[in-house]
Amino acid sequence: MEITTGWYLVLGALLFVIGGTGLLIRRNPLVMLMCVELMLNGVNLSFVAFARQLDDIGGQTVVFFVLVVAAAEVVVGLGLVVAILRRQPGATADDLSALRG
Amino acid sequence: MVDTLVFIVAAAICLTGALGVILARNPVHSALMLVMTLFGIAVQFVAQEAHFLAAVQVIVYAGAIVVLFLFVIMLLGVDRAQNLELSILPIQRWAALVFAAGSLVILGALIVVVNEPVTGAEAMGGTASGDENVRLLARSLFSDHVYAFELTSLLLVIAVIGAVVLARKPKDIQSATIEEPGNN
Repeated sequence: MEITTGWYLVLGALLFVIGGTGLLIRRNPLVMLMCVELMLNGVNLSFVAFARQLDDIGGQTVVFFVLVVAAAEVVVGLGLVVAILRRQPGATADDLSALRG
Repeated sequence: MVDTLVFIVAAAICLTGALGVILARNPVHSALMLVMTLFGIAVQFVAQEAHFLAAVQVIVYAGAIVVLFLFVIMLLGVDRAQNLELSILPIQRWAALVFAAGSLVILGALIVVVNEPVTGAEAMGGTASGDENVRLLARSLFSDHVYAFELTSLLLVIAVIGAVVLARKPKDIQSATIEEPGNN
């Protein structure tokens, strides 16, 4: 059995779906952020698979940018989580409905 | 043959880790499972001849981002186990089920239908492995995407400033709240 691009796409799609499902079923904000990372990684895998299939380095460049944005997102997201959980220890995502104006 | 074996083992590691992230009760276990998934993805990157990205994946994701997660977990002391049953609203479970089934069907259909897809624009001279891979990536990054690259530096500065502002001591935040009630 030869591993074609399709297999990598299937793996990427599965990771994306698992991440999205976790985002919906978990209420711990930290775990939700990790699920976002899973989704980003699933997409990264697809980008690299296409970069190889099309023999174009552009896909890998996009993955590089995704890495940078993911790092920035985690920094800001964790800053928010720290700020919220300091005021209200044990807060879940549902408790944040108190934030509405 | 070796390629197939590597793919299957790495895919199994990825999926086990991903399921572990969303099913572990303890956030620390979730973070460690995330490391497992990220290593699996790094292996897949090597298999796809994206050696530079595999190294960056291990250093930035597994090295920096997950350590940041663990720091925050330890800092906040939220590493106690969480009852998964209680933490899920009934409607949430159905929404998750619908989302998972729907996106699996859509993505699966796309992958099957678009089996021999795009022919692509003109290639940037391939994705050659080894040193060549890094050279091509650098050329693409610093010529075609140089403005985007500069913008990412701006993004990182903004993210750092935002994190510093958000994570200041509660005392400062409270006094700031009193001074400017609507502005926080």
